[in-house]
Amino acid sequence: MKIVVPIKRVVDYNIKPRVKPDGSGVETTGVKMSMNPFDEIAVEEAVRLKEKGVATEVVVVSVGVQQAQDTLRTAMAMGADRAVLVLSEESPEPLAVAKVLKVIVAKEDPGLVILGKQAIDDDMNATGQMLAGLLGWGQGTFAGNVEVADGKVKVSREIDGGTEDVSLVLPAIVTADLRLNEPRYASLPNIMKAKKKPLETLNVADLGVDTTRRLTIVSVAEPAERKAGIKVETVSELVEKLRNEAKVI
Amino acid sequence: MSEAERESMSFDVVIVGGGPAGLAAAIRLRQLSPQTSVCLIEKGSEIGAHIVSGAVIEPRALSELLPDWKERGAPLNTPVATEDMLFLTETRSFRVPALDKFMPHMANHGNYIVSLGEVCRWLASQAEELGVEIYPGFAASEVLIENNRVVGVATGDMGITRDGKQGPNYQPGMELRATYTLFAEGCRGSLTKQVMQHYDLRKGVDPQTYGLGIKEVWEVPPEKHRPGLVQHSFGWPMDDNTYGGAWLYHFGENLVSYGFVIGLDYSNTWLSPFDEMQRVKQHPAFRKHLEGGRRISYGARALSEGGLQAIPRLTFPGGALTGDSAGFLNVPKIKGTHTAMKSGMLAAEALVDAMSTERVEPASYVQLIKESWLWDELKSVRNIRPAFARFGMKKGAVYSAIDAMLLKGRAPWTLHFRHQDNEELLAASLCEKPAYPKPDGKLTFDRLSSVFLSNTNHEEDQPVHLRVKNQGLWRTVNWDVFHSPESRYCPAGVYEVVNETSEPALHINAQNCVHCKTCDIKDPAQNIDWTVPEGSGGPNYPAGM
Amino acid sequence: MTALVLLDHEDGRIKQAALSAVTAATQFGDVHVLVTGERSVAETAAKISGVTKVLHAADALYAHEMAEPLAALLVSLAGSYDQILASASAVGKNVLPRAAALLDVQPVPDVVRIVDADTFVRPIYAGNALATVKSSDSKKILTVRSSAFDAAPAEGGSAAIEEVAAVENPNVSEFVAVHLSASERPELDSARVVVSGGRGLLSEEKFRILEPLADTLGAAIGASRAAVDSGFVSNEYQVGQTGKIVAPELYIAFGISGAIQHLAGMKDSRVIVAVNKDPEAPIFQVADYGIVGDLFEIVPELTEKLK
Ligand SMILES: Cc1cc2nc3c(=O)[nH]c(=O)nc-3n(C[C@H](O)[C@H](O)[C@H](O)COP(=O)(O)OP(=O)(O)OC[C@H]3O[C@@H](n4cnc5c(N)ncnc54)[C@H](O)[C@@H]3O)c2cc1C
Ligand code: SF4
Repeated sequence: MKIVVPIKRVVDYNIKPRVKPDGSGVETTGVKMSMNPFDEIAVEEAVRLKEKGVATEVVVVSVGVQQAQDTLRTAMAMGADRAVLVLSEESPEPLAVAKVLKVIVAKEDPGLVILGKQAIDDDMNATGQMLAGLLGWGQGTFAGNVEVADGKVKVSREIDGGTEDVSLVLPAIVTADLRLNEPRYASLPNIMKAKKKPLETLNVADLGVDTTRRLTIVSVAEPAERKAGIKVETVSELVEKLRNEAKVI
Repeated sequence: MSEAERESMSFDVVIVGGGPAGLAAAIRLRQLSPQTSVCLIEKGSEIGAHIVSGAVIEPRALSELLPDWKERGAPLNTPVATEDMLFLTETRSFRVPALDKFMPHMANHGNYIVSLGEVCRWLASQAEELGVEIYPGFAASEVLIENNRVVGVATGDMGITRDGKQGPNYQPGMELRATYTLFAEGCRGSLTKQVMQHYDLRKGVDPQTYGLGIKEVWEVPPEKHRPGLVQHSFGWPMDDNTYGGAWLYHFGENLVSYGFVIGLDYSNTWLSPFDEMQRVKQHPAFRKHLEGGRRISYGARALSEGGLQAIPRLTFPGGALTGDSAGFLNVPKIKGTHTAMKSGMLAAEALVDAMSTERVEPASYVQLIKESWLWDELKSVRNIRPAFARFGMKKGAVYSAIDAMLLKGRAPWTLHFRHQDNEELLAASLCEKPAYPKPDGKLTFDRLSSVFLSNTNHEEDQPVHLRVKNQGLWRTVNWDVFHSPESRYCPAGVYEVVNETSEPALHINAQNCVHCKTCDIKDPAQNIDWTVPEGSGGPNYPAGM
Repeated sequence: MTALVLLDHEDGRIKQAALSAVTAATQFGDVHVLVTGERSVAETAAKISGVTKVLHAADALYAHEMAEPLAALLVSLAGSYDQILASASAVGKNVLPRAAALLDVQPVPDVVRIVDADTFVRPIYAGNALATVKSSDSKKILTVRSSAFDAAPAEGGSAAIEEVAAVENPNVSEFVAVHLSASERPELDSARVVVSGGRGLLSEEKFRILEPLADTLGAAIGASRAAVDSGFVSNEYQVGQTGKIVAPELYIAFGISGAIQHLAGMKDSRVIVAVNKDPEAPIFQVADYGIVGDLFEIVPELTEKLK
């Protein structure tokens, strides 16, 4: 079975995002970019499934700008076998990405597609679900555990207040949550070896899908800073305020 | 950590550190000898992630290395337009007239204001085009020495837990073996330190002295931005015995680089370089530039101030020292980029020469250095910093003016540094506590909100990379005598005293470290050893830094 | 215009967050809701103030709110609606994007403000920025943050209930089981109230003084990095830049100085209370209510008063 893992290049999670002074977006030029952390978890899961003998090949795909090939190389250093870069504008919308991935899936014919549950830049949390919809496949979103057996995948999903187990017919979509695994480091020898793994570059325009944006950014602003409130003298006063003013207890 | 399981790879040359020195050496090597395999590793998560500099740079070395740097899109976009040297009193400032006569080393005509991190990222792209293999995110943690020859370095293991065990994600380090190894770790390199000790490279030279530079990048309203403006200051708030001053450069798109450098030979244990840099911003001469803007980044880094007298032996069997690792900084100019690049380029030439004759030690490097403009430049300014150390700031300034105007740097004598910086500190009871103003959160800030803007991070589950060699010594020396100077000089709030009133103990917030190396330099008993943390740990300075 | 809200429920109880989605939907016009499960759930839904019609999908196929059948059902109903909403909960986030793909719509998740019928504000970069986006899709599919909209009153409405029949099941998924966490204490990430301690708690043993208070409030327990570093609690309790990012209704910080690294993990809480003996502690700059005093006296007193 082949596993396809779509990955995204995003502003590194250590970097404090800074809104551009003209409010047109968040500063990304000259800012360190890395693989979306949830995608690292997805890659790790795919590689583990390969190491367990469940999968035979792991193919990573990124839809984005040329520099995303660095991200794909990192994924190959973690153990993916080959990579496909679909050149497009920076950070396309989930709907567009899902359409592109549908084409890739048709070509690659994987048994599983594992994605990160959301990208930490636009926080959309939608691409996996949308791809599943377009393909008509089952979706095991927010996965905390994944087991493949007998043509099915059993996914334990993180839901509000607990977990939910679902069983999906293969091929299926899984989206990785934080607790699924702890991704490995790309070691230096593996980074060196990954330079030689195959990386195919396609152009989104050649895939025949409509990737027109549906959402336009009107403006981006920093959230309002919190203001200092009041000091109260006694516990009774605090309880009274929490009950009657803030209404939180 | 058994060595058997480490993978290994061989190159002709391995370069440790991706600053201007290492990158210039890498480029030069491939220019001179395209078949030479060159591997460069950098501890920052990407090239430039750990670079802090002013920076006004002289393009001299760059023009020798890549004469068409303009066409290649080098990010040198803001030429110096106006410059002022100010002497500050607490409320006023006086402009030094005829700067180019009195302080020719401070004159900046023809220079550029840059983000050195950006310049390094660009140099790295040039090096990669020439076929240099660059691996950021990997720190060299060990020098490999066999038969008394340096045969490369090893990267640190990844995934070692806090208590030193192999965690679930353990990955052994890798040996990068090389015919020649260049150390380009910048000021106070941790492996350079080991190599110096092993080959006794500092024998017969002055002790290296250091400064600490702390920097902020601000974004200011367009109407306040004066691209190309360079302003330096000396005087307040430093007393006459403390070497230090502030800079302010307008560059790029509405950016201002502001910072403060202090000589680490300061003696008052209560002094806090961080708070000094914060309070200089309140001076009208600086405040007016920054007010209405927002601070976008923060960083700190030590720099070498020993100059010519402190340059060690530069070569050893199997390699050489370059850039600030060797101490090639022009101190009165506070410029080390062009000298670092030049030394890297000359080291490359020496290596190519040594390779062709299969010599173990690239000894021609020293000769090349001595015949170059680099040597002449350092020689002409060699007495200025020691004069400040010996005579104080005001008389030192007079000396340096005389040296520059009358002697033109050719004084027949050489002033020496006699002490290491860590020996200069006075006991807490002998020093007066400066009264630092409280941060206002607009112009001035506290340490932790500053460190936040360095984007520094370290995997938490790893051994503390700041090693206190003798725990007992902290209590008897650092606490009892000096009242924990590290909690003041560390610009990142790494060192914190807990239980001050009952059972004082040192708490180390290693995650905050910005790799400035000051603790390794200034700890009075030389009891703190800065070692490389797990690769890619440390600051992530953004563009503009 | 009419909006359809997918109301998620648990054991027949409509979730509070879903009521916030109803409030958001009223900004567009008429509000219909879709519920699954027992008839009693539909009856509860009919009473929600502002709801004019309840669509009840009684078929067992939808009982567990699985995305595959439920998205198909939403698609079949979508024709009559200009907007489809749900709360930004595990269910809403699972189901709506799938339905959106099938309708060729780019969904807008985590809406915190509705500017007009096409324009919405949503947090990006983990809340470090707020984006205002304009959608050109003719149908809008939104999930909304419950912290940004008051819950619609559970009483006051009398909507008609209409049964809807099941549509074809894509038959690719099966519900197996649900495990709700047995522990008394909610998860830190999703708790409504968080009681958090810093170095001011002094020791591992003394840190436990927070437990009775947390039990009384049904709160999760959190900690600052200083408390974790000092070994009072293990690092899964850590709130902040390198720990968990939480945004509960109420966050009570005891003996926490309020370094920016900690604030980064809790500043989006709706109400912040700080207790610290240092009146200058930066935590007071973000706290809605502060008490300067000894936490070892205040915690027991507060626990007592809240019982
Ligand atoms: C505050 C300040 C202001 C300055 N202003 C100016 C100025 O205006 N103009 C000017 O020309 N110069 C200035 N300098 C000096 C200039 O920045 C330095 O001289 C120059 O950067 C030295 O270059 P380098 O390559 O030797 O070292 P660095 O620039 O320090 O680079 C060393 C690199 O090696 C990496 N490294 C270190 N150890 C290891 C290891 N063990 N493994 C892997 N990687 C490692 C580091 O992360 C770093 O990236 C300033 C310096 C400071 C601190
Ligand atoms: S711990 Fe040492 S190296 Fe790190 S920031 Fe502090 S003084 Fe600099």
